Amino acid sequence: MADYLLRRLLIAIPSLLGISAVLYTVLALAPGDPFQELATNPNVPPEVQEALRRKFGLDDPVYVRYFRWLTAMLQGDWGYSFVSRVDVDTLILQRLPTTLIVIGSAQILALLVALPVGIYAATRPYSVFDQIANTLAFVGFSLPTFFTGLLLILVFSIWLDWLPFVYRADIAATGWQFYWEHIKQSIMPVTVLGLFQGASLVRYVRSAVLDVIRLDYVTTARSKGLEERVVILKHVVRNALIPVVTLIALQMPVVFGGAIVTEQIFRVPGIGSLLISSMLANDTPVIMAVTFVFACLVVLFNLIADILYGWLDPRISYR
Amino acid sequence: MAGSTHASPTVEPGKPAPAVEATFSPRREAWRRFRRHRLAVASSVILGIMILAILLGPIIWPVPINDINFAATLQGPSLSHPLGTDDLGQDLLARMLYGGRISLAVGLAAMAVAVFVGVLVGAVAGMSRGWVDAFLMWLTDLFLSLPTLPLLLLIIYLFRDGLTATFGPEGGVFILVVAVIGGLRWMPVARLVRAQFLSLREKEFVEAARALGASPTRQVFRHILPNALGPVIVAGTIDVAAAIIAESTLSFLGLGFPPDIPTWGRLLFDAKDHLDIAPHWALFPGAAIFLAVLTINFIGDGLRDALDPRRVL
Amino acid sequence: MDDKTLRRLIGDVKDGRLSRRRFLTRMAAVGLTAPLANQLLSFGGVAMAQSTFNYAPTKAGGGGPLKLLFWQAPTLLNPHFAVGTKDQNAARIFYEPLAGWDPEGNLFPLLAAEIPSRENGGLAADGMSVVWKLKKDVMWHDGKPFTADDCVFNWEFARDPGTAATTSGSYKDVKVEKVDSHTIKVIFAKPTPFWADAFVGGRGMIIPKHLYEGFTGDKSREAPTNLKPVGTGPYKFVDFKPGDIVRGERNDKYHLPNRPFFDTVEMKGGGDAVSAARAVLQTGEFDHAWNMQVEDSVLKNLETGGKGRVVITESGNIEMILLNNTDPWTEVDGERSSIKTKHPFLTEKPVRQALALLVDKDSVEKHIYGRTGTATANFVNNPPKFRSPNTKYEFNIEKAAKLLEDAGWKKGSDGIRAKDGKRLKVVFQTSTNAPRQKTQAIVKQACQKAGIDVELKSITASVFFSSDVANPDTFTKFYTDLEMYTTTMPQPDPEVFLQQFLSWEVATKANKWQGRNISRWKNEDYDNTYKAAQNELDPIKRAALLIKCNDLVVNDQATIPVVARPSVSSTSNTIVNRLSGWDLELGYLHEWHRKA
Repeated sequence: MADYLLRRLLIAIPSLLGISAVLYTVLALAPGDPFQELATNPNVPPEVQEALRRKFGLDDPVYVRYFRWLTAMLQGDWGYSFVSRVDVDTLILQRLPTTLIVIGSAQILALLVALPVGIYAATRPYSVFDQIANTLAFVGFSLPTFFTGLLLILVFSIWLDWLPFVYRADIAATGWQFYWEHIKQSIMPVTVLGLFQGASLVRYVRSAVLDVIRLDYVTTARSKGLEERVVILKHVVRNALIPVVTLIALQMPVVFGGAIVTEQIFRVPGIGSLLISSMLANDTPVIMAVTFVFACLVVLFNLIADILYGWLDPRISYR
Repeated sequence: MAGSTHASPTVEPGKPAPAVEATFSPRREAWRRFRRHRLAVASSVILGIMILAILLGPIIWPVPINDINFAATLQGPSLSHPLGTDDLGQDLLARMLYGGRISLAVGLAAMAVAVFVGVLVGAVAGMSRGWVDAFLMWLTDLFLSLPTLPLLLLIIYLFRDGLTATFGPEGGVFILVVAVIGGLRWMPVARLVRAQFLSLREKEFVEAARALGASPTRQVFRHILPNALGPVIVAGTIDVAAAIIAESTLSFLGLGFPPDIPTWGRLLFDAKDHLDIAPHWALFPGAAIFLAVLTINFIGDGLRDALDPRRVL
Repeated sequence: MDDKTLRRLIGDVKDGRLSRRRFLTRMAAVGLTAPLANQLLSFGGVAMAQSTFNYAPTKAGGGGPLKLLFWQAPTLLNPHFAVGTKDQNAARIFYEPLAGWDPEGNLFPLLAAEIPSRENGGLAADGMSVVWKLKKDVMWHDGKPFTADDCVFNWEFARDPGTAATTSGSYKDVKVEKVDSHTIKVIFAKPTPFWADAFVGGRGMIIPKHLYEGFTGDKSREAPTNLKPVGTGPYKFVDFKPGDIVRGERNDKYHLPNRPFFDTVEMKGGGDAVSAARAVLQTGEFDHAWNMQVEDSVLKNLETGGKGRVVITESGNIEMILLNNTDPWTEVDGERSSIKTKHPFLTEKPVRQALALLVDKDSVEKHIYGRTGTATANFVNNPPKFRSPNTKYEFNIEKAAKLLEDAGWKKGSDGIRAKDGKRLKVVFQTSTNAPRQKTQAIVKQACQKAGIDVELKSITASVFFSSDVANPDTFTKFYTDLEMYTTTMPQPDPEVFLQQFLSWEVATKANKWQGRNISRWKNEDYDNTYKAAQNELDPIKRAALLIKCNDLVVNDQATIPVVARPSVSSTSNTIVNRLSGWDLELGYLHEWHRKA
């Protein structure tokens, strides 16, 4: 086991290097540059753009830029944003708490709703509860978040006037007021995201449980006179968890990466909105830093998932 | 952990076990089981009607899709415009019928690409282990980390002109859109399939097959894959919805179809700023996407029941 | 209009035979902006009009918070690095220029003690220099005095190529001298009728010398003050998160009496224009939102919310369609739309005229832009009150069809016209933006009726407006037949603006498509007139030559103007503010207050 872990971690280093090289190449070759507004402004002399290109090293060959980025990054220097000229790590750290709170709560909400609903629906397939849960789930992932978000704003901010729809990371209030304001402004973004993710998770959980519940050993357990609750939780769920763990491992890096559309709609100053504005402005150092940290998390959670498979099903051996 | 052998008459909880019927050929058997799934049958009919309407639409409803009429903007459903009009007074029914061809074709084709690539990568990784597995998982991780927007812009820039030159503007764009959406959505399927394979390949019935000398291909196709299809079907239906929506975002980047082609996702996006004054504009494309996803999902459920080797209904 | 007429008109204004407004109207009709026309008047000895604004509060402070919503979030606070107006506005909360522009195109003093004129000796008769007297007793937020040294430093800072300041265009060709502790002299290389550029308006904000010394050129990025501005403005810095929020508090030592009114100010960024309008007009969560690029029908619906109103400010932006004069479909020496080629049909006068007739500007105005875009025939800025009645535009499909028919373009079996085997098929590109796609749809429909096949193309703005040499979809490469975008005229002097029609400014591979002439229109007469204007020493003769340039452009359909796009904001009903189309949105921030 320890042997296996060590080997996987050692493999992770070259694989992350490889990923970073591909990411950098994609970003460097992707069309566009950070000077759109300068280009349409006749008052800014073209020399300024050229000087900035030189300053940011945009005219160097891609591999030179990549190795420059890599050596600096290994020394802990993430570079600075072309757009705001602020150090990239400062920018990311400014936005990390908001992202973790909002996207994290949404993930937790999704799990809290999807797991019980999915399991319960699978134990009674085609019952009324199952039908309702499924229909809602279909609505949930058929409608894009830009649409559901707007719908919530119309209902809860405009018609009912209950909730604010502009998210503010720094609220002047203190004490209970502070928490209350934070909760109020988080309700809509968390709901939109949580339901979108919850909807697909319900379908996966239901399907996974349904696959297991028909197997012989479940019938055997039942016929031994075990209580239904015990049968479901001890025998069915554990076996059905493999796909669920896979999905959660896929979703966890997103807690860091943020949710671009939802953050945009509610003006949540999270990493997703930083990422999209950087992408639109071709702010390579910021995009590179965010996607690379994201890649590290993807690799890490893939490894965690592999280890959990072994725990859930001991017959999966580590080789 | 309790073992699980297949092919014994398991039943839905609470339902009496049906009598074992006379044997049929596997195909007829599957068809018989599919027909038993009433929702799946109904869904097939509805989806069939939708596809027929989209294909024959211009014959049944011969209204041009881009006829601008400022006298009739943002009108609700009426006899002359059964689904109402948009803010340029264009007929929404005609637009929905026209855009539906692209939306459904893109949705289904992109889903097929995503599922095919995902199952292939997942199955190979799950069966092979070792370096092949490590490489394929590296590839999956890489695709998961790629930032979509710059990647899309790069792909447009690299391939659009070549493809449109080879396949014509419409065909080239279609191939590009399907490849892009499918190519960026196969990773969850691959991870899910691989996880299922890791678990299933150690199960008794696979070991039994292996002991009986079944080739790896036979093990995969006869024994492992059919049991791993559950999450794949779920992922497939989610991908159809995601692809229809993703297509509309692509056209914003200049990668998708020209901006005047009213695909369902595009209609929904255009409608959003008028949601409070003209809800019908968003309602119909939203409902169409929902209905397509719903029916495709039930057909998927029916297919799984029909092909599930464990079920003898 | 020649220089004699101009001189006579200026004399008439001086003697009171012609009103200032009538003069501005005449100038606008021939392509000169109100600020430039006002500056011409000041050469003729007519001082600028004093702008008045009814400022109600009788003491500074006590106004509570002012909440601004900018859907494009500010990312920089150093005005010399500002990339767009969002950054300039954010910087303007803390920094000030010597003078700003009022809505009529007059200057009003901020850090200047008075506006230079012929009478007070500030303005040299030959147009070679201008002397600015600075206000005394102005303090930076950290208590240090503001002096002439700060102005000279800003000039040195901005013109240093190592700084790569976006304001360098205003400073690189002038010389700034300190006359005494509170007087500076700006010396021009040649007679400059547009004398109020350096230190004025959006690009004239002044940063403190004592905090930026040692951070010039290549080191300019490292200055800590970049992120914690110390200015002379009405509000002091509190907090800045790039791309999210800027916050400030009242400057209790502000140099104008009883100002500012609000205790704190915040500028929140992000999101989209429609929801920004909602937050001001419908829910009242914010007091003011900037740049409402939203269809008017949506804005009108939101205004029924009753919390706020839409404010339209005339400015110099024109949405226009460019016709490609070169062939975008043939590659010559590795570039398409090469200046060595000629467009197969768009260089034909009847085709150009027909296309101009096929743009239904009235419908575009009425059904898409509404109040936020006025149909226009003229390529120059023309607010309604200055609008010339002589310029006309027409939408007439039959007339367009007849023009084409007479020129030998006959309809084929598919309804598309052709001549000598060439089909009238055009590709029409623009950036992705809902009103633009609708305008495209309207143009396409009219063209199809007249027998021109149109293929629409939309490109995401971040690519379309980039200067990336590798990308074929940028607006400067213009690899299609038609394209549409808004040309901005942030500088009221047309010399820079008119560069976009010079033959030596054509965007080509050789100049990395940095040339300003994107339509690749060429006209020898135009080139010569422009050269003559550049070398003209008499400011009034020069103005007459620039007017001629404008005429040449308009008469040859070098572009098809669609709508003039004023700046559009949403303001809460309780806010009293003043917006000038010639200055920044927050150019009058010190005057903003709330109704009692």
